Amino acid sequence: MPDSCLNTALEWPYPVNYGKENEIEADVLILGGGVAGCHAAINAAKRGAKVVVVEKGAVIRSGSGGAGVDHWHAACTNPCSKVSPDEMMEKLSEFPHGYNYLEYGNGITSYIVLNESYDALLDIEKMGIKIRDVDDEFVGAEFRDEETKLLFAYDYESKYCIRVNGSDIKVAMYKELKRLGVKICDRVMATSLLTEGGKQGARVIGATGIHTRTGEFYIFTAKATILSTAAPTGLWVFSTELAGGAAMHNDPNNAGEGTAMAWKAGAELALMEGSWNVASGGFAYPQKGTGNAHNTWYACTIVDANGKEIPWVDRDGNILKTVSQRYQPAPGQKFFFQGRNATYDMCGPSIIPDLSERIRKGEFVLPLYADLPGMSAHERRALWGLMIPHEGKCRLIYDIYQAAGFDPDKDMLQVNVMPPDRYHFYPWWASYGPRQWREKGMGGGVVFDWDLKTSLEGLYVAGQTTYAGGDHAVAATTGRYAGRKSAEYAKTAKKPVVTRQQINEEKERVYAPVSQTDGTGWKELLAGVCRIMQDYCGEYRSEEILNTGLRWLSSIRESEASTTHARNPHELMRTLECLTRITIGETMMHASLARKASSRPLDFKRLDYPAMDPQEWNKLITIKQKSGDIKVGELPVNYYLLSPNAPTYKENYQKHCGL
Amino acid sequence: MYSKAYMVPNPATPNQAIFIDPELCIGCKQCVEVCRSDVMVPDREKGKPPIVLYPDECWFCGCCTFHCPVPGAIRVEFPLNQRVGWKRKETGEYFRIGMKNPPPPNTRPPIGDYFK
Repeated sequence: MPDSCLNTALEWPYPVNYGKENEIEADVLILGGGVAGCHAAINAAKRGAKVVVVEKGAVIRSGSGGAGVDHWHAACTNPCSKVSPDEMMEKLSEFPHGYNYLEYGNGITSYIVLNESYDALLDIEKMGIKIRDVDDEFVGAEFRDEETKLLFAYDYESKYCIRVNGSDIKVAMYKELKRLGVKICDRVMATSLLTEGGKQGARVIGATGIHTRTGEFYIFTAKATILSTAAPTGLWVFSTELAGGAAMHNDPNNAGEGTAMAWKAGAELALMEGSWNVASGGFAYPQKGTGNAHNTWYACTIVDANGKEIPWVDRDGNILKTVSQRYQPAPGQKFFFQGRNATYDMCGPSIIPDLSERIRKGEFVLPLYADLPGMSAHERRALWGLMIPHEGKCRLIYDIYQAAGFDPDKDMLQVNVMPPDRYHFYPWWASYGPRQWREKGMGGGVVFDWDLKTSLEGLYVAGQTTYAGGDHAVAATTGRYAGRKSAEYAKTAKKPVVTRQQINEEKERVYAPVSQTDGTGWKELLAGVCRIMQDYCGEYRSEEILNTGLRWLSSIRESEASTTHARNPHELMRTLECLTRITIGETMMHASLARKASSRPLDFKRLDYPAMDPQEWNKLITIKQKSGDIKVGELPVNYYLLSPNAPTYKENYQKHCGL
Repeated sequence: MYSKAYMVPNPATPNQAIFIDPELCIGCKQCVEVCRSDVMVPDREKGKPPIVLYPDECWFCGCCTFHCPVPGAIRVEFPLNQRVGWKRKETGEYFRIGMKNPPPPNTRPPIGDYFK
């Protein structure tokens, strides 16, 4: 936009001081104050470390879990659970590809969450969050344990997933951080890692940042650093015009800074080639905001436009006659995961798998509706009155729908109308978009070991920044674990000494957009980067396509991106996010080039290597930079059970967990 | 009808996302401080309602409304392309978010106290 438009604009409301330096020292520096970062901070501080949390938003509410959580996974050690961590780990290990396990990440993070999920929940309870039915609203309900008052979700038999009142979980954690004396730097965006001697591949000794309201510069020095900046989002789809932010599943501020910073510092990344066509940023509805039978809505009765009920089946296709059966394992099955994503052993009840065909044949008439009035009072109240108002982003749905007169005792919430084929997939609120609209899925991020340490000394990782991803409970438990390990390391680590040259170079880079007087704005730049990802790193890839994509990204970096101009610190933040996304896009293309095979779980087809998941490619492709050159490597998918690690999960965990 | 016309950029989409009632707002800026995306900025004049500067960056997490100390002073509305409908099971009546003459609000509170 030409500067002439600024003549009528109001002056920025915060004092602006581009380049002014603030120096802050820590034993443990945590980049990203979401769920993982807060648990990390609490646990490092409890071990006596001086902790600093750097957060681009505001710790009190930031992160994908900042607006709440309603179901707490993997709580295998709760007193009612009938499945042990080792039993569940054994079943997870049977997943065919082994890149990661459902929402639990890889073997390391899965084993951590299975063992510590309930402990993390008890931590939260001590901070004042209700994790039980203390008001006795559900006495006598099938999913309630009368002694502990815990309420279970999904599998009422094995009882490993707990319904919690987690709407304000971040507020509680924020207060705990304050109580423990953790220094919180809100509205500071971390921009790079500092390394010993300013060298790629050397020990990480801190980070730089900019304030997103004042533009001031931050130099953090730390003995240990934890990356908990989530996974990159918004790389294929950027259109506030079409979708707005309501449709985004993850926090749209998750640009992938941690992953990009780690890459520049020389850390090893894996699974960067994975993505999926979930289209959560496409034409989606507010998540959980349409009638559904999945996730928080599991296992709601669904009826067609004439009130005809859609049947539910068990894993063998047997029709389930009662609602209660939808929450029970099949005969002979010990436990299940909701839905049909799991292996046969763990496959749970679901809506009939041929629903799409039967809609097309006219057996069921669209639109469909979630028949809440048809559920029992306890199920209805648990679903609409407990899970919806406490799940992330869904309290707003409860508030808005109730204010508009929605009454779950009387009303059936409509399922959004889609082409019949789309009813094969959950969740329905994600709707559908063009097939080239993708989202980073299946993890992709920083490689780590049983200490949650990356390939760089002094650098740890937690939550979705780990290459294998993870849910709220994984973020909480890996945060706890990384907090312990980094505090332990910091006790004996040398005092860091930063290199002035590294700081000067970073200052030159981050302030370039505010020195421009004209050029592209950040939104057009981001839409352009997304177009490159759609075309050159989409469902179909090849060496030629990927190399052309790399050429485009490199060219955009030196042309439009180098002249993008920011008119205030907020636009500067958004512009730097675009540069981060270019870097992430490049790592994805490099990783895709290195995997010379097509892959169903990683969801892409190589036109030049059409064989789907050949056995010899069932491995992790790793990439890192050394002296500016890209080094491609590989790791066995279960590297964490191979030498020098111990051969079992239990031995490794006991040796490293720090408890 | 406006008596004057102005040269202004097109409105962003979603148009506003967050609505603040200037009569009720006490200008405490709680909403500004909890917003992950800095969608709002404070008015330069103390005590006045914040300005919804970047509605197109709103994630619709609703946190700004949870922290407002004055009931009704701030509200969030889903954009028109993301509003849904429902059917009353007994009568077959159809309602939707945003309709003219909506049914009366359902005031039943959710399970559990919110924690502030």
